[in-house]
Amino acid sequence: MAGAASALFLLDIKGRVLIWRDYRGDVSSVQAERFFTKFIEKEDDPKSQDPVVYDSGVTYMFIQHNNVYLMAASRQNCNAASLLLFLHRLVDVFKYYFEELEEESLRDNFVVVYELLDEIMDFGFPQFTEAKILSEFIKTDAYKMEVTQRPPMAVTNAVSWRSEGIQYKKNEVFLDVVESVNILVNSNGQIIRSDVVGALKMRTYLSGMPECKLGLNDKVLLEAQGRTSKGKAIDLDDIKFHQCVRLARFENDRTISFIPPDGAFDLMTYRLSTQVKPLIWVEAQVEKHSRSRIEITVKARSQYKDRSTATNVEIELPVPSDATNPNVRTSMGSAAYAPENDALVWKIKSFPGNKEYMLRAEFSLPSITAEEPAPERKAPIRVKFEIPYFTVSGIQVRYLKIIEKSGYHALPWVRYITKAGEYELRLM
Amino acid sequence: MSGHDSKYFSTTKKGEIPELKEELNSQYKDKRKDAVKKVIAAMTVGKDVSSLFTDVVNCMQTENLELKKLVYLYLINYAKSQPDLAILAVNTFVKDSQDPNPLIRALAVRTMGCIRVDKITEYLCDPLQRCLKDDDPYVRKTAAICVAKLFDINAELVEDRGFLDSLKDLISDNNPMVVANAVAALAEIQENSSRPIFEITGHTLSKLLTALNECTEWGQVFILDALSRYKAADAREAENIVERVTPRLQHANCAVVLSAVKMILQQMELITSTDVVRNLCKKMAPPLVTLLSAEPEIQYVALRNINLIVQRRPTILAHEIKVFFCKYNDPIYVKMEKLEIMIKLASDRNIDQVLLEFKEYATEVDVDFVRKAVRAIGRCAIKLERAAERCISVLLELIKIKVNYVVQEAIIVIKDIFRRYPNTYESIIATLCESLDTLDEPEAKASMIWIIGEYAERIDNADELLESFLESFPEEPAQVQLQLLTATVKLFLKKPTEGPQQMIQVVLNNATVETDNPDLRDRAYIYWRLLSTDPEAAKDVVLAEKPVITDDSNQLDPSLLDELLANIATLSSVYHKPPEAFVTRVKTTAQRIEEDDYPNGSEQGYSDATSHVVDGAASPPTSSSSSPYTATRQSAPPAAAPAPAPQVPDLLGDLMGLDNSGAIVPADQPAAPSSPPLPVLLPASTGQGLQISAQLTRRDGQIFYSLLFENNSQIPLDGFMIQFNKNTFGLAAAGPLQVPQLQPGTSAMSLLPMILFQNISAGPPSSLMQIAVKNNQQPVWYFNDKMAVNVLFTEDGRMERGSFLETWRSLPDSNEILKEFPGIVMSNPEATLDRLAASNMFFIAKRKHVNQDVFYFSAKIPQGVPILIELTTAVGNPGVKCAIKTPNPDMAPLFFEAVETLLKA
Repeated sequence: MAGAASALFLLDIKGRVLIWRDYRGDVSSVQAERFFTKFIEKEDDPKSQDPVVYDSGVTYMFIQHNNVYLMAASRQNCNAASLLLFLHRLVDVFKYYFEELEEESLRDNFVVVYELLDEIMDFGFPQFTEAKILSEFIKTDAYKMEVTQRPPMAVTNAVSWRSEGIQYKKNEVFLDVVESVNILVNSNGQIIRSDVVGALKMRTYLSGMPECKLGLNDKVLLEAQGRTSKGKAIDLDDIKFHQCVRLARFENDRTISFIPPDGAFDLMTYRLSTQVKPLIWVEAQVEKHSRSRIEITVKARSQYKDRSTATNVEIELPVPSDATNPNVRTSMGSAAYAPENDALVWKIKSFPGNKEYMLRAEFSLPSITAEEPAPERKAPIRVKFEIPYFTVSGIQVRYLKIIEKSGYHALPWVRYITKAGEYELRLM
Repeated sequence: MSGHDSKYFSTTKKGEIPELKEELNSQYKDKRKDAVKKVIAAMTVGKDVSSLFTDVVNCMQTENLELKKLVYLYLINYAKSQPDLAILAVNTFVKDSQDPNPLIRALAVRTMGCIRVDKITEYLCDPLQRCLKDDDPYVRKTAAICVAKLFDINAELVEDRGFLDSLKDLISDNNPMVVANAVAALAEIQENSSRPIFEITGHTLSKLLTALNECTEWGQVFILDALSRYKAADAREAENIVERVTPRLQHANCAVVLSAVKMILQQMELITSTDVVRNLCKKMAPPLVTLLSAEPEIQYVALRNINLIVQRRPTILAHEIKVFFCKYNDPIYVKMEKLEIMIKLASDRNIDQVLLEFKEYATEVDVDFVRKAVRAIGRCAIKLERAAERCISVLLELIKIKVNYVVQEAIIVIKDIFRRYPNTYESIIATLCESLDTLDEPEAKASMIWIIGEYAERIDNADELLESFLESFPEEPAQVQLQLLTATVKLFLKKPTEGPQQMIQVVLNNATVETDNPDLRDRAYIYWRLLSTDPEAAKDVVLAEKPVITDDSNQLDPSLLDELLANIATLSSVYHKPPEAFVTRVKTTAQRIEEDDYPNGSEQGYSDATSHVVDGAASPPTSSSSSPYTATRQSAPPAAAPAPAPQVPDLLGDLMGLDNSGAIVPADQPAAPSSPPLPVLLPASTGQGLQISAQLTRRDGQIFYSLLFENNSQIPLDGFMIQFNKNTFGLAAAGPLQVPQLQPGTSAMSLLPMILFQNISAGPPSSLMQIAVKNNQQPVWYFNDKMAVNVLFTEDGRMERGSFLETWRSLPDSNEILKEFPGIVMSNPEATLDRLAASNMFFIAKRKHVNQDVFYFSAKIPQGVPILIELTTAVGNPGVKCAIKTPNPDMAPLFFEAVETLLKA
């Protein structure tokens, strides 16, 4: 069961090694590069796209970010979930350091990259991936380096995500409740799956080591306290917490208590799989008139209360890849043909509740078609939107208590927003 | 905060190395630092800068931390190519390991551990000892991992210097990060050692569960993975553990969640309360579903694991099939895995919706995905009888779209559906025949031909259809040729008219004279003979009723599933293969220690062979960069006596993986009171106080291994596990060994249910059974037992006189083997016959021959092998003559042993 990575590789888009760190001396860069360059060449083979592959005794696990591959190699039965997630965290660390992770930024900072690779993993075991804390003792600007630098307490503390002695003049917390609606409607107009994934995104600017306690209108909690809530209490399906939240405590009495990291982080995410009414419903009718012309009629209807308004609505309608000469009319917003995506994108800046808008588009098709018609790419209609001051679940932050021993008063700001996640409606 | 390091990659034209050398020796600090950066840059792009070794090492003594790190990095890379010069660095390392700055102390010991040079490791010991007791947790956590590094290079050194004990002490460290790293290091060391080094006792368990709440996410994964090996003593303990682990399901880190799931599933095997189990299943479902919102690579790992989980506990996600519906933008590897799980979760309740999805996928563009979707429809048809018709109608709709590869795939699966539901859906054959000429893939063609042959009597123009294929017979792939041959024979047998008769001539001629393919030729000759000698017999053979197929193509063997579930989140669970199948990093050093522990004894060959095989399998990488590694391996003493190696390379691996089989047998069930004491197989003198007696027994038609464990040592022993080596009958444990903790001076009986034909050894039959038993406190014990073959005699071994005689006659005389048992006296034949009958050796008849009695018996061993036995003796006088006749005469020696045992008893 035990197992660890043998080496980490940062590779360019062709699979050539940019920088690598050998942890165990049993996988060489030559071997890895030879395998991986060949591997990514054969794109057509679906097997070759698995993110975990085996070659002559070595397992390679990799992810891609921009024009860089990050890859871990191992000869043992290591924890694949942990290592792949670690690679994603590595991306976050590099992004924190270099703003963007790409081939160029790695080359430009190879000294720091080596330092980081030495600190975040030891003998193939993931060690520490909190970028903010790492940056306290591994700096990009070499000249600021103090010789007497010590490992921040946080590295080995139980509170490994926050250093002590942080000071702010004004203590503030911003809490954004963001809900993404995922929906999949099949070609019969049936909703086959719908769920809501919510996130409590926090930005903290707090001094010292503040103790925070968050109260939600969580049904389980309110019932446990014997309160029949005045408002609506909600039942969350699956809650995931940032590592700062005391899980055992939550399991015990549903209290969400924590010492937050400094800056931005996701305090918690949750999922709600109850059937939700699609907030924006889109119906499209595609008619092929003769062989050379196609007509698309689209109706978009908002199905939320009048007082809410969706903003930045974008409806992406798939069109045949050989369509030309678009002729589009809309009752609201504007539509643009995006041939690079084989789509027509209809944008509506502001979409109030209980309204219906129309779009009618006509395209020309080439009159000559292939002998054996290749199956059409069947992209769904995809919708993007944001509805501020509104949540589908009805989640409410009842309180956010912040207690620090210096006794300052901190201001919490809470915002709610709902947006489209993977919002797909399959065409008839 | 972008850097400008890329400038170090550019070099001047003139001699780079001399220039760098000069700069490295510059009197200016900054210049030296720049030079080192250039060296590292050169190293990064793969240039050999090892010749600058001394110059770079000279820069090591610096106050500048960044420069120091770069020099250390250089050392890690080149020390093995310059082992003699590497020693130059030792002084600085040792000095740095005492630096007032903990960052530097940790850096020194971390780097030293990475330098795999023997000479350096010797100097590492003292600093490591200090650092393990350092005041700063950052240094201690680094030192903990360093012990594992050292163990990898020189395991003996680690043991001699007592580092293992220091490491175990760190489990009680007050810093959670140190605890986590110590656990990771110990788990790794344990994995590479055959001796119990890292046992998780109830005490460590509770300490680790406490540390779990406080350490970093990665540390939590180490701890959960290590703890998943722990076997709770009873249901109550299991429930307690689960209670403390379940909060981890709420962690944002997917790896923590998966490892927690693994641990809960392991403990659930022990929990008896159905309510608790149901409740846990309910708790695990949402976190598993949420894993599907993670990054696609993580989703992939999660899906491979969910595939395993739903095989063991189908209820967990029974109502969640919708979350596995593919999204348009899912990467192909995610879609493929989702499809696999959808098939597993498909039921009569949700099949309509699932079929709609499959149909949708079958019209996408990705060919492989489309094919898999079509195949999925077929598999659902085979799995769900009531939905079969709906599945077929979807397939027919797809065929009508006339996309070539969809049609071919559909025909392949329809063939399977016909096999599953014979004579039910032939009405669709006409539709299938319409697509006949578009088929160009061998498997599809072969499937279609099979269908035509199988239903030749229902297809009016079957002969024409087959004939159209015959012209191209020689060019067809082997798969198609074989089907064509069989189908033509079927056609001929069903419609013995002129047309088919001519066809069969052509086919047989083609398949015998004109081909080089031995399979095809042999099959053709068999048909030819059959047809020419006895067409009725040919009918019986060729048109015989075929066994109905089931959809088990993707079901894993239960014991493999157990092992994989114990490995959730690891590569093993991604590959669906046991770790031995792909882990190539095997330690040899550990084996050396094992040999020391068994200095002599007749069973030596056995354990030696173990290490020998492992040694061979290790196959170190032979690239030049790993030369010190290779050297360590070579220094391992070659295993002694090349003993006739019974192959047991993965004996230990299996031992570890065994702990979660389903069967539960009460450990305290006493053996039948009348039975004589069990023979001692492992005397206390050999087993460090542990004595094991054991014997195979048969009860109610089931074979058990009856074991007695006596603990004469000074310490309590627990965590017993057992493993059987390959043997003639493939006898193996059907479940885990259930032995409670043994206090000193106590003993425990255990009845272990056994199964046959698991790991059958090749070679001549032998009654030898090799067994390994392990516990958490002692080394693995190996011992031998002689299998009493009579326990294999089955209850249905009685033969009628007639069939006995017939069998006796039908076997050639060469199958009769004789043996004398000179010392045995049969004084009371009746009692003996009763006793033999109780052991499933059945009396058939008796006759007088001169002044002797001749008794006839029958017996049978599994898989229906009959044994006919003739005993000749003068009642009351010593000496029994035994003749055995059996289709397997090479097993006769075993049967003689069995008969002798039974007669003596």
